Amino acid sequence: MYLTRKAEFSASHVCANPTLDEAENRRIYGAASNPNGHGHNYIVEVTVEGEADPVTGMVFDLRELKEILNREVIEPMDHRFLNREVAPFDKIVPTTENLAIEIWRRLRPSIDRENARLKNVRLYETADLFVDYGGEA
Amino acid sequence: MKLTRRYRFAASHRLDVPALSPEENRRLFGKCNNPYGHGHDYVLDITVEGAPDDSGQIVNRREMDLLVGEKILERLDHRDLNKDVPELERVPPTTENLASAIRGMLEKAWTLPARLVRVRISETERNIFELEA
Repeated sequence: MYLTRKAEFSASHVCANPTLDEAENRRIYGAASNPNGHGHNYIVEVTVEGEADPVTGMVFDLRELKEILNREVIEPMDHRFLNREVAPFDKIVPTTENLAIEIWRRLRPSIDRENARLKNVRLYETADLFVDYGGEA
Repeated sequence: MKLTRRYRFAASHRLDVPALSPEENRRLFGKCNNPYGHGHDYVLDITVEGAPDDSGQIVNRREMDLLVGEKILERLDHRDLNKDVPELERVPPTTENLASAIRGMLEKAWTLPARLVRVRISETERNIFELEA
């Protein structure tokens, strides 16, 4: 059975590779490469896979899941400039893809346990663009 | 990893199978058979799959928008699906057939490094159709 919890955070970022020139960054990232950055209202949907506990009837304690999400993702990222304030985005470009991978990396150690595991991270950058990451190499 | 991008277009259509009688068409399609057609604001979600490249993207947004813009939106937006789209000339332009036509148009024109994996289209918020590519 899958359980999905949703959370939101707002953050700013710049998508540009510092080793490339401005024209090349514009070609690759478009307006997202504007040097002073811009922001999004991100929505993250975290899906956990497991079987309902026979006693509690729950796949995962939703309160605990909320706390994990807050601690690992929302508090460090909400109202932050990702490139400047949230590692590893001082070194890698905070595209939606890389951000979803980083959220996966931060959440998995706290979620995976004997009877439950992190299945998918869906990250909406806008209502018109989202990525799904399930731990693929 | 998958990336889904949402596009929109508005188009008119009429559901009618010429081989059937007017009564049968009316019974089968109801209001969608009204003689002068009607329209919808379609929402099209296109999903691609791949691994991020050096830029941290599995697909370049602009390249995807250009391809979808040229091959799909320019051909369907503010068009009559029955009259303006050759792929739908021989079949009633139900959203099932429209999804299938869009998948075919995309597969034929696909030049992006990420794989096309899904086409999802809603005719209204209440009717949604999904097709694996």
